[in-house]
Amino acid sequence: MVVKDIPAVVLENVVRRFSDRPALDDISLTLARGEIVGLIGRSGAGKSTLIRCLNGLDRPQGGRVLIDGTDISGLSEQALNPVRRRIGMIFQHFNLLSAKTVAENVALPLKIAGIDKPARMKRVMELLDLVGLADKAGAYPAQLSGGQKQRIGIARALAPEPLLLLSDEATSALDPETTQAILTLLKDVNRQLGLTILMITHEMEVVRQIAHRVLVLDAGKIVEEGPVAKVLASPQTDTTRSLLRGLSPVLPADLAAMIAPVGDQALIRVDVYGPDARRPLLAEIEAITGSPARLLHGGLNDVQGEPYGRLFLALGTADKDRIAAVVARLKPETTAIEVLGYVPATV
Amino acid sequence: MSPQLFDTLLGWAMTRPMFDLLVKGMWETVVMTGVSGALSFVIGLPLALILVTTDRGGIFQNLYVNRSLGWLVNALRSVPFIILLVAAIPLTRLIVGSAIGIAAAIVPLTLAAAPYFARVAEVSLREVDRALIDAARAMGATRMTILRDVLIPEALPGIVSGFTVTMVTLIGASAMAGAVGAGGLGDIAIRYGYQRFETAIMVAVVVILIVMVSIMQWAGDALARRIDHR
Repeated sequence: MVVKDIPAVVLENVVRRFSDRPALDDISLTLARGEIVGLIGRSGAGKSTLIRCLNGLDRPQGGRVLIDGTDISGLSEQALNPVRRRIGMIFQHFNLLSAKTVAENVALPLKIAGIDKPARMKRVMELLDLVGLADKAGAYPAQLSGGQKQRIGIARALAPEPLLLLSDEATSALDPETTQAILTLLKDVNRQLGLTILMITHEMEVVRQIAHRVLVLDAGKIVEEGPVAKVLASPQTDTTRSLLRGLSPVLPADLAAMIAPVGDQALIRVDVYGPDARRPLLAEIEAITGSPARLLHGGLNDVQGEPYGRLFLALGTADKDRIAAVVARLKPETTAIEVLGYVPATV
Repeated sequence: MSPQLFDTLLGWAMTRPMFDLLVKGMWETVVMTGVSGALSFVIGLPLALILVTTDRGGIFQNLYVNRSLGWLVNALRSVPFIILLVAAIPLTRLIVGSAIGIAAAIVPLTLAAAPYFARVAEVSLREVDRALIDAARAMGATRMTILRDVLIPEALPGIVSGFTVTMVTLIGASAMAGAVGAGGLGDIAIRYGYQRFETAIMVAVVVILIVMVSIMQWAGDALARRIDHR
C-alpha cells in the first residue's frame, strides 16, 4: 500500500448554497490515503452535493477542495479533466452506457485517457477478471443483473487506476445478498490497491461492514465523526441515533412495559465497544451483587473485527448501594451505562 | 420471366407506356426523397445537437445561439410546405440554376425536412439520461467525447425512428412538389389521375406510394430495433 503524507482529499470550509438553502455549510474533512470512509445522512442532508464537489461536477461557492494536494476549486472544466481521470465514481443506478458493450463501457475511461486500443483491451480483460465477469465482455448492460451492472461500474471506475473512488449510494438499488458481494469486492480492492474510498449511503449497515471511519452529515454539516465501532457503540447525536435505529437493539415492547420505579431487580442498559465488550461482565456483576445477573436482551455485533453492542441486564438485586457499586465498577469499561428501572424477578 | 410473358401480364393491368411512366415517376420520387432525406440528416442532426447542447445546463451552453437557432427552426417549420415550395424559388434558382425539375424540388424539400428532423432528433437527444453525461464528465471526458461516445450513441435508436418518420413525411411532400412541376409520382397523379380522370393511374400511384411508405417504415423499424440495446 502506497501511503504518502499528502491526504487523498482535503476539504476546507466548503460552502455550497442552492437558491433556497445551504446544501453544504462550512464542511472541513480529510481523507487519508487507503482509508474507507462512510458518509452517512438522510436524504437531503447534502451527501450527493458533497461527493459531486470532490470531482467538480458541482462547484462550491466558498472554501477549498484539494485532491492529492491540488486545489481544484478554481479550475476550469478542461483543467479539471486530468484530476477527474484520477477519481473513479460508482453510482446508485450504475450509469452504464446502454449502446456500448460491457468491454466498451469499461474501456471508455481508458480511451479518454488516450491509451491505445491493444493496451486498452488487455486492461479491460484484467478488470473484468477482477470483478468476475470476464465472460460478459461482449454483452450489453441491459442483459445483466443489477449486481453485475454494479460490478461493471466498479471495473469502469477502477480502469484508470484512480487514487480515489467515490461511491454514491452504490448498493442502495441492490438486494441484501448482492450488496454483500459488492461490499466485499470494494473491501478487496481497497486492500489490494490501497485505494481511498468515500462511500455515501443512508444505510448504517453498509458503513458498519466496510468503513474504517464514519462521517455523519445533517443539514449540510458534519455532526459526528469517528471510528465506526465507536460511533455505532455510542452515538452522540440524535441524527446518528436515528440512522442507527434498527441496527442497535431496543427493548421488546412487552419487556419495556414491565419496567417500573420499584421492583425485584434493577434493569440496566450497557453499551460496550472494543476489547471491553468481551469481558466477563455477568461474572463481574455477580461478584459485586452476590446474585447472578441475567442477559434479558441485546448482544454483540462486530465492525470489521471490532466488537460493539448493547446489553440489557437484570442485576438480580434491587439494592441501591449494590446497583451503584455495579455502575461505578462498569462505567470505565463501557461507553454508556444507565439504570432503566426495575422489573419483576419472574421476567 | 420472358419479356413476352411480362407484357402479357402487364397488359391485363395497364398499357406499356403507362407502366414506363409509373416506373420513371417512382424513380424520380426515390431520387427526390433520397437526396433531400440525406441532406436533411446531414443538416438536421448537427442542428439538433446544437439545440440540445447550447441550451441551459448543456455542455456547450450558449443561450444566444440556442434561442436564435430555435427561432429559425420554428420559422421554417411554420411555413406551409406548398407556400415554401413557391417562396423558395429564388433560393432554388441560386443553388440549382432552375426552379423546375427534380433537382429544383430537392431544395424546398430539404428546407422543410431538415428543421423537422432536427426537432425530432432533439427530442431523442434530450431523453438521454443526464446522469450518463455526468458519469462521462466524472471520467474526465472532453465535450467532444461526450457527444461522440454518450449523447449520439445513446440517442441513436430514437434518432433512427425519427429519421424514418422524416423520410415518410418526405415521400408525401415530394408528391406535393409534383404540383409545381418537380416530376415524380405526385406529378403523374395530378396530370393523369386528377386532370385527365384516369382513375387507374391514380390508383396505381397511391398503391405505389403505400408500398414505398411501408418499406421505408419497415426498414426504419428494423434498423432501430437492431441498434437498440436498452
